[in-house]
Amino acid sequence: MDDLKDDETIVGRGNKDGAHLFRTWFEGLTEVAEQGRGAAYVFVMGSMCELLRVFDLPVVFPEINSLQTAVRRVAHEYLSEAEDYGYSPDICGYVKADVAVQLRGGEHPMGRIPKPAVAVYTNACNTYIKWAEIWERMYDAPSFALDVPGTRADGMQTWPGDPDFENDRKYVAAQIGELIPILEKVSGVKFDIDRLRESLRNVNVMNKAWARVLELNQSIPSLFNALSDGTIYLGVSNGFRGSEEGARYFTDLVEEMEYKSAHGIGTLTDEQYRLLFVGVPCYPIFRRFTELFTEWGGTFVGSTYLWFASGGSNLGFQYDLDNPLESLAEGFLVSVRDAMDSMFFQTNMLAEMIEPYGVDGVVYHPIKSCRTVSTGLADNRRALMEATNIPSLFIESDLMDRRVVSEAQLKNRVDAFFEGLATRKQRVAINP
Amino acid sequence: MAYAAGVDVGSTQTKAMIINEGREIVARALTETGANVIRAAENAFAEALRTGDLREEEVEYVIGTGYGRYKVTFGNTQVTEISCHGRGAVHMFPNTRTVVDMGGQDTKAIRVSPVGEIVDFCMNDKCAAGTGRFLGAASNALDIPIDELGPTALRGERAVQISTTCTVFAESEVLSWLGKGKKIEDILLGVHRSIATRSAGLLRRVGVEEEVTFTGGVAKNLAMIETLNERLGLKVNVSEDSHFMGALGAALFGLDHILASRAPVPASEDRS
Repeated sequence: MDDLKDDETIVGRGNKDGAHLFRTWFEGLTEVAEQGRGAAYVFVMGSMCELLRVFDLPVVFPEINSLQTAVRRVAHEYLSEAEDYGYSPDICGYVKADVAVQLRGGEHPMGRIPKPAVAVYTNACNTYIKWAEIWERMYDAPSFALDVPGTRADGMQTWPGDPDFENDRKYVAAQIGELIPILEKVSGVKFDIDRLRESLRNVNVMNKAWARVLELNQSIPSLFNALSDGTIYLGVSNGFRGSEEGARYFTDLVEEMEYKSAHGIGTLTDEQYRLLFVGVPCYPIFRRFTELFTEWGGTFVGSTYLWFASGGSNLGFQYDLDNPLESLAEGFLVSVRDAMDSMFFQTNMLAEMIEPYGVDGVVYHPIKSCRTVSTGLADNRRALMEATNIPSLFIESDLMDRRVVSEAQLKNRVDAFFEGLATRKQRVAINP
Repeated sequence: MAYAAGVDVGSTQTKAMIINEGREIVARALTETGANVIRAAENAFAEALRTGDLREEEVEYVIGTGYGRYKVTFGNTQVTEISCHGRGAVHMFPNTRTVVDMGGQDTKAIRVSPVGEIVDFCMNDKCAAGTGRFLGAASNALDIPIDELGPTALRGERAVQISTTCTVFAESEVLSWLGKGKKIEDILLGVHRSIATRSAGLLRRVGVEEEVTFTGGVAKNLAMIETLNERLGLKVNVSEDSHFMGALGAALFGLDHILASRAPVPASEDRS
C-alpha cells in the first residue's frame, strides 16, 4: 500500500514538474518583456547559464522558443513570416522562427519573449554566430562568441594534464575573463565569486543527476523514452541550469527513476525493442513521431540529443568550488567539446551502449534544417554498422518545417525497419 | 492444398498474386489503382481468384503491401513493400543481395542477407525524380506511350544530358531539347540514363553487392535495364514477374503464417 502511495506521487513527476517549471520560466520572461527589460540570449550547446545567473540576467534560449512553436503546431506561421521577410526556405528553421518572433515584438505561443540585452554563444554550431549577428543588426545588442577548441578527430580527445588540453583550458579561461566585464556592463551587477560558487554547486547537483538518469535507463524495461520524456528533462536542464529549482528538479528525477527501476515500472507496458536515437527530434509531429516506434513496442533508451543539446552535461562534470573560475573554464571546455563530439564522433559512444543498454537498433534522423548535426550521419552510420552489425534506420525530416515532414514516408520506413528487427529476433531465437 | 495471396497496392497500379503451399505461382492480376484504393485491392484479388479458378475461402492468408496496404481491408495483415520486394526477389533469384525496385512514385534500394533478411534500405525522399513518374513526364512531353519509351530510347546514339533533378522541370527540359532539334531517341536515352544514375546512387548508399535484382513496373522497360546495367557495371536479374515482386513477397509471408500455424507442438509441450 505504501508503494502504491509512492507510485502515485513519484511516477510521472518529472514530466509534470518539468511542464510546470517551463510555464513558470515563460511567465517570468513575459514579465521581463513587459517591463521592457532585456535578457541574455544563449544556446543549448554551452549556455554559460551558471555564469549569467551571477548577474541576475534572465535567460532566453531561442532554440527552445523555436521548437515550442513547432510542438504547438504554429511553426509554419513563423517560418512563413521569416520567408516573406526574405529568408530562404533552406535556412535553419530555428533561426527563421526566432526572426519571426522578433518581427512580432516577442509574441510567442508561451508568452512574450524579451529582447536580447546580450548574446553569449559558442562555436559548437556555426549558425549560432550568424544568428547572433541578426540580433546585433536588429537591436545593436552586444554578442560574445566563446571559441571552444573541438576534438580534431575521432579518438583524439585530450584530458586535464595533457599539454594540448592545458593550452585549450587557458584559451577558454582567457575568454571567460573577457566576458565577465561585458556582463557586468550589460547587467549593472558586479561579479561575485560566491554567487558563482553557489551557481556551480547547483550545476554539480544537476550534472551528476543527469548522468545518473541517463545511466538508469539501462533498466529493463526502460524507465523513460529518451526521445519524448527525455526532451522534457533536457529543457529543464537548459532553462534552469545553475538554479536551485533545477538542482531540486534533477534530484527528484533521480528519485523517480530509482523508484521506477526498483519496481520494474517501464515507459511502455509491452517493451519489445530498445533503440538509440541519433540526431534532433521531429518537432512538427513530435508525439506522432514517437508513436511510429512505440506502436511496435519500440522505445528509445538513449539519444545523442540528450548529450549535445545539454551542452555535454551528460558527462556529469563536477566543478571544483574551491577554484570556481579555473574550474568553470575546465568544465566548459570538457562539456562543450563533448557536446560537439556527440554530434560528430558519436560512433564509439553508441557502440559502447549497445550491450549495457540492451540495444536492438539505432535510428539516425538527419534533418534539413541543420547541416552541422546531419552532415556526417551517413558516414557515422556506416561506421557503426561495420563495427557492430547493429541494425539501423536512416530517416530524414526536419525539426521545424512540416513541409518536409512526410508522415506516410516515415511510417513506411519505420515499419520496414521493425519488420527487419522482428525477423532478426525470430532468427536469433531459433538459432541463438 | 493451401493458398496464400499478396495484394500490392501501389501508387499507380495494384497487383495481386496467389501461391500454393509449394510456393508456386498459381494466379496473378493487375489493375489500375485509381482513386478508390479499397476497390482496386478488391478487384485485383477477385481477378486473381478468377484466373486461378479459386474460391476466396481457399486462400487462407492474405497480406496487403504497398502504400495502400492498410486499404486491403479483407487482408489478414500488412507488410511493407520494402520487406516484400526483398523477399520476392530472393525467392526468384536466391543469390540476390541487392534489390532495386522502381515503381510509379518511388525507387527503393534494398540490401538483403543470404537468408533474405532486410539488411538496409533507402528510398527517394520527397521527390519523384528517378522513378517511374519521371518516365511518365517524358511520355507526356513527347506524346509517346509509356510502353514505347524503352524501345525508342534503345535506338538513341548520342544521349542528351538531363540535368534537372525535378520531375516537373524534366518535362520542360525535354521540351527544350526538342526545341534545340535533338532527336527523340537521344532525348529518351538521356532520360533513362538520368534515372539510372539516380537509382545507382541510391544503390550505392546501401552498398551494391551482387547479384542485383531489378523489380517493379519499370523493370519491364528494356532501356532502363540496359542503362542500369551500364551505370552499375553489372547485369541485373529481371524476372518476367518483376512487376509482381511485392505481391509475391507478400504471398510468401502469408504462406509463412499458414505453415507456422500448422507447426506441430514440440513433444515437451504436448501434455495432452
